[in-house]
Amino acid sequence: MIPELGHFALALGVALGFAQAIVPLWGAHRGDARLMQAAPALALGQFLAVGISFVCLAWSSVVSDFSVLNIAENSNSLEPLIYKITGTWGNHEGSILFWCLILTMCGAAVAAFGAGLPSSLRARVIGVLGLAGVGFQLFALLESDPFVRLWPPPVDGRDMNPLLQDPGLAMHPPILYTGYVGFAVPFAFAIAALLEGRIDAAWGRWVRPWTLAAWCFLTGGIALGSWWAYYELGWGGFWFWDPVENASLLPWLTGTALLHSALVVEKREALKVWTVLLAIGTFSFSLSGTFLVRSGILNSVHAFANDPARGVFILALLGLVIGGSLLLFALRAPVLSATGIFAPVSREGALVLNNILLCSIAAVVATGTMYPLFADLLLGEKLSVGAPFFNATVFPLAVPLFAAMAVGPMLSWKRADLGAALTKLWWAALIAAAIGLFMATRAALLPTLAFACAAWIILGAAADLGERVRLFRVPLSASGRRLLGLSRGTLGTTIAHAGLGVTIAGIAAASLAHSSIVLLHPGQVAHVGGYDFQLTDLHDRSGPNYAARVAVIDVRHDGRLLTVLAPERRTFPVQQITTTEAKISTNGLRDLYAVLGEERDGGAVLRLHVNWLAPWIWFGALIMAAGGLVSLADRRLRVGAPARRRARTVPA
Amino acid sequence: MTSPDRPRHESAMRRRLLLFGPFAAVLAAGGAFYVMLERETEGRFDPRGVPSMLIGKPVPTFTLPGNPGFASADLRGRPIVVNWFASWCAPCLEEAPVLMDLKRAGVEIWGIAYKDRPDATAAFLAGHGDPYAKRADDQPGRVAIDWGLTGVPETYLIDPAGIVRWRYVGPLTTDAIAGELQPLLRRYA
Repeated sequence: MIPELGHFALALGVALGFAQAIVPLWGAHRGDARLMQAAPALALGQFLAVGISFVCLAWSSVVSDFSVLNIAENSNSLEPLIYKITGTWGNHEGSILFWCLILTMCGAAVAAFGAGLPSSLRARVIGVLGLAGVGFQLFALLESDPFVRLWPPPVDGRDMNPLLQDPGLAMHPPILYTGYVGFAVPFAFAIAALLEGRIDAAWGRWVRPWTLAAWCFLTGGIALGSWWAYYELGWGGFWFWDPVENASLLPWLTGTALLHSALVVEKREALKVWTVLLAIGTFSFSLSGTFLVRSGILNSVHAFANDPARGVFILALLGLVIGGSLLLFALRAPVLSATGIFAPVSREGALVLNNILLCSIAAVVATGTMYPLFADLLLGEKLSVGAPFFNATVFPLAVPLFAAMAVGPMLSWKRADLGAALTKLWWAALIAAAIGLFMATRAALLPTLAFACAAWIILGAAADLGERVRLFRVPLSASGRRLLGLSRGTLGTTIAHAGLGVTIAGIAAASLAHSSIVLLHPGQVAHVGGYDFQLTDLHDRSGPNYAARVAVIDVRHDGRLLTVLAPERRTFPVQQITTTEAKISTNGLRDLYAVLGEERDGGAVLRLHVNWLAPWIWFGALIMAAGGLVSLADRRLRVGAPARRRARTVPA
Repeated sequence: MTSPDRPRHESAMRRRLLLFGPFAAVLAAGGAFYVMLERETEGRFDPRGVPSMLIGKPVPTFTLPGNPGFASADLRGRPIVVNWFASWCAPCLEEAPVLMDLKRAGVEIWGIAYKDRPDATAAFLAGHGDPYAKRADDQPGRVAIDWGLTGVPETYLIDPAGIVRWRYVGPLTTDAIAGELQPLLRRYA
């Protein structure tokens, strides 16, 4: 009964979505206020319908209703409750439904917080979101129905992929999807602007908070995914230039560019056409990222459930959404004329440089990801593009980006004095150069450059902040008052930039890591990077739905016991899959990392790593996301603030 | 009056055409993806598989030193499994017991050590078992290029006529042996 209810609710969502797409868009076209006013209610209704549908699926999973095919294939009665819930989005059908849910949530959010928008713009934005929502809900309903019944029901389910039974990964899809789908809102704003034929500073101000929010989630989602790969896959690395990882990096790169170019639209009313294209491009990359991965075209370690027949439906859908919006862009963009003019050395000039470099990196990553496929199709050549290509092409573009990053925020709008900005950064440059020289003797060229860049960015952010609060030039209390008085947007920029610096330092330090693969018998010691790893014991342990083999390893430095690591190998009997459970001990500056491999002749094959600064990679991403959130709290961007301001200007 | 306007008009036209660029690119990419999907459905396109160019062709000519070392001409008269390995490669360590089982099952395995020091190779085989009837060393890795080696371990089946019949990338598994290698061994025995 409950699954049928969910199925019905999904169908209801599609019906409401059609109404949400047609009524407000037609109303906005005709200038009919009553039709336009229907938009928020329809968006909320669609969110409610898809929400009920999702809750029904989650409920079926929690009560282990194995008469539902999806539950029987991906769940198991022995599974802990938390994974029964998170397993709802851990499989193909469920994740598509979850994706739809977040898209309707975006529509509902615009309906709820968009009261300050002009009514025609709001109607169009909600209408476009409805149109996209209908497409993907139809896909869920027709091609990947999560509510298909199975008769007779099996006694027990086949269980979820054990690799996915992990708290980090359980939370990964919601955050990543919110990031991906969140870019649907700037996309809808861009399409609405093309339909309206008008973009002004206010449009830039309205788009920014949505972009920022999506960007924060995407940053968090990518970081969480890479953290999961680091500790769960047990390979000791954090980024493999895998197609799925690249698919999430692409919208992040263009989304970051969009974040900066929308600022230029807001402040200077320039870069309008470019910003619209970025908004369309970012959501297009998000869509391709989620869906191409499922079509089976992009091969990957992360790929789950793919089926080429479904792929054609997805491709047609993507073609309609992306192709349709780009056609509209080609036809309507000439209407959006730029009014601002600007000098190359200015804040907006720096933001253009940021956009050029970020988009070049995105282009390189997209080329590297797609090239093997197209080479195979067109030339019949099998080849693979791996980390060496990406490292060799991305970093030369990233270095000037990093170099400019510290200077950009110090430049003023319209016309800036580059010399004056650099003078304020002399001490940051000096320290960065010193760190570079220090590292040059210990690391290769690229990591050395990266360390110098990291220091330059972090110190540059500090210098910028120090300058703004006039640190050491006015009394400290006055500086503190100035700090509190700073706009949240400025503060957010500084924090996010510093966060990137921290991440870069973590990535650069990967070149200093030590690792070793050894066969140890209990009692034996391996020396890795100045640390002594002693295998003291090997024993069995049983978990709720798995059996584990545990290795106990004492780690010593200069004879002092630092920590005891107990990596495991888990065997899940239902699915006949073995996973490795790496164990990591961190002190914030370095990770001690151990993985248990095969066992032979009473000994165990262990992979041992000493990873310097590894936690900084994710800590930096967290700081970046936090910077985004601080910026989101800016008065200027708070949704509804423009309405209040407008209300105030109306003479009483 | 038209002359000063024409360049402006042309640049406006060019700008308009430029705006169609993204649309055209997406159209082309979408078309290519459609063809890929079609072929994938029909089984003619597999982005995952990297088939060896060598299958069905004679073993590339080589002579390698080692313990005792061998040449391509020696791979004749009976089916021989050639396994590329290295002491520095972790999956090879994982593969070692599988190869030992294969040897015990009576399959003749010849090994080629890839970019490895002979003393390290010998220590590796002493520690983890030596499944190889003959071992050669490709220390400069030049023969590996002729074979189109993508990494170690990689395993080939050479038929009695010296023709490459099968390749397996990555550590050999018991499933791959039972499902792929054994039927081929029976066919070419």
